Amino acid sequence: MSVKHAILALLSTGPKYGLQLKQEFESTTGDVWPLNVGQVYTTLQRLERDGLVESDDPGSDSAHNSFVITTSGQEELSRWLNTPPDLVAPPRDELVMKVLCALKVPGIDVNDIIQTHRRHLVELMQQWTRLKEDEADFDIGFALVVDAELFRLDSVARWLDAAEARLHRTPIKPQAGDRAPVLRRRLVRRK
Amino acid sequence: MSFVELRNVYKSYGDGAAKVDALRGIELSVEPGGFVAVMGPSGSGKSTLLMIAGSLEEPTEGDVRIDGLRLSGLSRNQKARLRRRTIGYVFQDFNLLAGLTAVENVCLPLELDGIAARKARAIGMAALEELGLADRSNRYPDQLSGGERQRVAIARAVVGERRLLLADEPSGALDSVNGEAVMRMILSACKTGVAAVVVTHDAHLASWADRVVFLRDGRVVDQTNPPPSPESILQPSTGPNEPSL
Repeated sequence: MSVKHAILALLSTGPKYGLQLKQEFESTTGDVWPLNVGQVYTTLQRLERDGLVESDDPGSDSAHNSFVITTSGQEELSRWLNTPPDLVAPPRDELVMKVLCALKVPGIDVNDIIQTHRRHLVELMQQWTRLKEDEADFDIGFALVVDAELFRLDSVARWLDAAEARLHRTPIKPQAGDRAPVLRRRLVRRK
Repeated sequence: MSFVELRNVYKSYGDGAAKVDALRGIELSVEPGGFVAVMGPSGSGKSTLLMIAGSLEEPTEGDVRIDGLRLSGLSRNQKARLRRRTIGYVFQDFNLLAGLTAVENVCLPLELDGIAARKARAIGMAALEELGLADRSNRYPDQLSGGERQRVAIARAVVGERRLLLADEPSGALDSVNGEAVMRMILSACKTGVAAVVVTHDAHLASWADRVVFLRDGRVVDQTNPPPSPESILQPSTGPNEPSL
């Protein structure tokens, strides 16, 4: 997550001090991402060096300075907001690896491995859901963060369901030679 | 004491080569105020389990008790009374009566149970209001959206003195915000002592329950542990949530 751009976003509403930025950052993100004040000052110094923010007293101690976003900073913020994050799948997702490895290990039932991870995911989702049970204590930033986490975990649980259904339809056979040459060739061609 | 208890419950359909074992030795109990979700793939026996827990189907073998009463020892009339007074059902396809308005659908079980029409209507209106449907109370089911029909079905299930709520994919037709409203309503019913069993294949929905039971091929294969304090997941970690420059 980019602290640099979050700080630019907070400064887009007006000049602020470092401590104020730390507090606003934490409340904007539903207090889920605690931020070290030292990290705020380091980031502000870099933003100032790059001409994206200006302080009211350049060269003096950042702790006593108020910062304002520059035109370049506003352009950088707009560019960042509109740039899709890197959503390309990691080449080796650990859970995918565990399920693939479980298929190979003698004496291991891959369905049991899938269930172990499904239960863990649902237990985590129960914890996140508990956090939003009391709607009265719920601010919009926190609600969005909790939903994002729930949807992320849910997508992993759905993959486990799909994997289980696929394994059910296609019983595991002892592998003889290369079983997936076509797909592999396609992947190589895409690179 | 458990409010619902299934002991060694088996259910089979058909005979010989066509025999299907839908449930194979289910053990499940839910305390008053308990909220249990039953998860499993299609064909795992989830809906059959719910029908048997609600006395809508008889088990082939085993024992079902509701509020301490053994269902196999009750007459048809006694079971009908139990279903009318004690159990609220929410089905996947809503099962609203097309010739009755939303509020009439909600109050019907109360009126059948001898509550005066005016009082039943007031209770029904309050339930609809809680689900944001007060302005739809005089509409017929075919004048409501899928989500609205589902919420009417929920209101009908929780209205009155129900002590057991059984729901089969209760937010299936709803978007996530309305689905959440439905789960909140079930949860608030549980906080007043109602026992709830919700059948779903959706982890998002199941995560509202205190306990999630996993079914596979008619058997309970696993269940969640009591969750630790929710705040523990907000503790600073060095994992992927850690801010980085």
